Amino acid sequence: MVERAGRALLSRRRRELLLGAVVLALLAALPLGVSGAYLRGLIVLALLYAGLSQAWNILGGYCGQISLGHALYFGIGAYTSALLFTRAGLSPFIGMFAGGLLSGLSAFLVGIPCFRLSGHYYAIATIVIGMMAALLASNWDFINAAQGITIPFHGEAWRNLQFRTAVLPFHYVMLVYAALMWLIAWVIEGSRWGFYWRAVKDDVTAARSLGVSIYPSKLAAAAISGAATGIGGALYAQYVGFIDPESAFDLSLSVLIALPAVVGGIGTLWGPLLGAAVLIPVQQLSVAWFGSAAGGIDLMVYGALIMVLALSRPEGLVSFFHPRARQEAVDHG
Amino acid sequence: MGLLYAVVAAGLTLIFGLMNVVNFAHGALLMAAMYATWLIHRSTGLDPLLQLPLVAALLFGTGVAIYRVLIARTLQIRVNGAMVQIFTTFGLSIFLVGLAQLVFGSDFQSINASFLGGRTLAFGAVVLPLPLVASGVVSLLVFLALFRLSRTEFGRALEATREDFEAVALIGVDRDRIFGIGWGIGAAAVGIAGVLLANFYYISPDVGTNFALIAYVAVALGGFGSILGALIAGLVIGLTEALTALVVDPSLKQIGIFLIYLAVLMFRPRGLFGKL
Amino acid sequence: MAEPLLQIREISKSFGSVAANVDISFDVTEGEILGLIGPNGAGKSSLFNIIAGEIAPDRGEILFAGQRISGIGAVACARLGIGRTFQVVRSFDSMTVLENVMVGAFLRARRTRAALRRAEEVIAVCGLAGRSDTVAHRLSPPEKRRLEIARALATDPRLLLLDEVLTGLTPTEAREGMQLVRDLRAQGITIIMVEHVMEVLLPLIDRAVVLNLGRKLVEGVPAEIVRHPEVIRAYLGDRYSG
Repeated sequence: MVERAGRALLSRRRRELLLGAVVLALLAALPLGVSGAYLRGLIVLALLYAGLSQAWNILGGYCGQISLGHALYFGIGAYTSALLFTRAGLSPFIGMFAGGLLSGLSAFLVGIPCFRLSGHYYAIATIVIGMMAALLASNWDFINAAQGITIPFHGEAWRNLQFRTAVLPFHYVMLVYAALMWLIAWVIEGSRWGFYWRAVKDDVTAARSLGVSIYPSKLAAAAISGAATGIGGALYAQYVGFIDPESAFDLSLSVLIALPAVVGGIGTLWGPLLGAAVLIPVQQLSVAWFGSAAGGIDLMVYGALIMVLALSRPEGLVSFFHPRARQEAVDHG
Repeated sequence: MGLLYAVVAAGLTLIFGLMNVVNFAHGALLMAAMYATWLIHRSTGLDPLLQLPLVAALLFGTGVAIYRVLIARTLQIRVNGAMVQIFTTFGLSIFLVGLAQLVFGSDFQSINASFLGGRTLAFGAVVLPLPLVASGVVSLLVFLALFRLSRTEFGRALEATREDFEAVALIGVDRDRIFGIGWGIGAAAVGIAGVLLANFYYISPDVGTNFALIAYVAVALGGFGSILGALIAGLVIGLTEALTALVVDPSLKQIGIFLIYLAVLMFRPRGLFGKL
Repeated sequence: MAEPLLQIREISKSFGSVAANVDISFDVTEGEILGLIGPNGAGKSSLFNIIAGEIAPDRGEILFAGQRISGIGAVACARLGIGRTFQVVRSFDSMTVLENVMVGAFLRARRTRAALRRAEEVIAVCGLAGRSDTVAHRLSPPEKRRLEIARALATDPRLLLLDEVLTGLTPTEAREGMQLVRDLRAQGITIIMVEHVMEVLLPLIDRAVVLNLGRKLVEGVPAEIVRHPEVIRAYLGDRYSG
């Protein structure tokens, strides 16, 4: 009877992995059923945000530090890669690596002082840092200040991560990115850190009495989250071919990175993916349908959706698949 | 300007500090107040200064409504309560901005023929724009009012409700009413700020965001839950911004504020006077 | 004779104007079960928290296996091998019993599989085997107490501080609990217990330290304690002593 419980845990983990593989396969096959650059582009974007949001989720959801300044790391990754590509001719794969390293380091450095702050103070501190970065970037001539950097087309090649008209390769690039983030989250969930973070969220004093000290693990989580976000930024730069402070460091980007995880289910494995799958299409489509005609409706739809989702499904969209989770959430009001 | 920031901050700290709720729609409310002022001015010619009580009442009602419709629900939620509040109000903010864009368009508006607009006041050698001075005065009054309020029975009830949400119900306090009024007052404070701003600042759907951000920083700097903190923080911010603008490129003037914020938080993680 | 596992030297702690502990000194030998008794307000919880590292004393020091531990903090104490339960149960409510205990197990076992195995062993010992998959907040109060013990046990402690784990149990539950405590001692764990219910405690412990109003009153074997006039007076008031 005892071993049954342990086995239940392990088999649940295996099932999750299996499900992940199935979803991966489905998403990989998706382009076969979907044609048209616009729709494919939409999916690429959704996958990117799924990855970004999962990266955010590692720090925000699992570790419990709600950062609203993640655009900082996105921007650092994007700019590093873009600069290395345009000025040094280095492949984006190298740029991605360098960008990830820098953004991970930044996240680590930001964490050192900021993790002493609790909840809302921390959130605002991250907002402030993000805005500072945005302001500085807009005025730093080395990186072209507010004009941004245009990434010239160097020829279609995987080495350059550039493709003339095809969106398809990027579908797979972003898919790999999102899948990798999912995997990292899966690993963390079942790891010592994952357990420790959950314990601290439930009862800090009890956790301490068991020898749980999470400051080092928080810094590690920040570094991972930051690096991963940076890599996403580098990918984005190559995909879109242009970055500027407004698109890379803006507060709204920080929120957009966090939103899918929150809407989908913060601190869960599938939350970010579900959230991105819902939010990104809605946002893009409403801009397309309503955007120009009657300016503002797209925002209204978007805003209303967020409100409705946040209120009706606070534990996230994942609760549609996990009735128990929902019950736990609303049980003791 | 510092005082104006402070008033917006005060409204926010009231709602947040006293009720453990973050209101990310504060900026949108400011924007709403400014548009309301503009609209009323356009249609009835009523001077903004005289509109103060009107708009304040309007926003009060709005605040209560928001509470009842949205926020009350969030308090029932056990899991991720804070996150839900943040994102619900955030969604509301986006919604309102979209609404404003729809109704008023994205162009800038302004009030030109107001009692205060365009005039200046001279204090010896210093010439200050009248609207700014008036705003400062009114803001100060608002603060004093809020201060007195926090000392009253209502203020204490509000604080008690925040501290122990469950227990308060047992002693017969109507939580919804208290919080509703709290929200109303907070919104009214923002409304007043909006009216004052409308005198000399341009009006557009986006106008709220920047002010709201400063307000959050002010509240965090002053410490959540402290009205005095919000006041002092607001002043500090206003001052810092002005000084920074003298030293560096004006587009960077907000950096000073941010640096001060971070510096203070390093030494006092709960803000200057924070109770949370 | 080896040095005592725990040496408490003139520990004093005040909270504001209230003196919770005044000059408390005693030793705890390895492998014994020590009872910490005294009426309400005697300073037992405060002392527990100091030993466990949760609070730092104002004066005095504590040596654990010869090492100074006063003021090093709860996390460090846990790492050194001091485990504890809380009087008001603090379970990780969103996690299952198994997961709860694993949090404890992770202190010594870095990898999940190892922590899992350790947790399973501990759960078996504590009699929670059938409830491993149950979410903690659905447990009955006695089960929650066992969970507290199991979790602390999973950290492989040398010293275990049990805070009123036998209070409010039915006679059957109490007997099972007492047997568990004896089993733990048989594994080589030193135990300090705080209890209110004398009938349950006295048969279990080797020695007792009695506290009253912040000071140590007496220490000795149960038989002596029970007859000690000051102890009787502390508990029952002046009328019954002498």
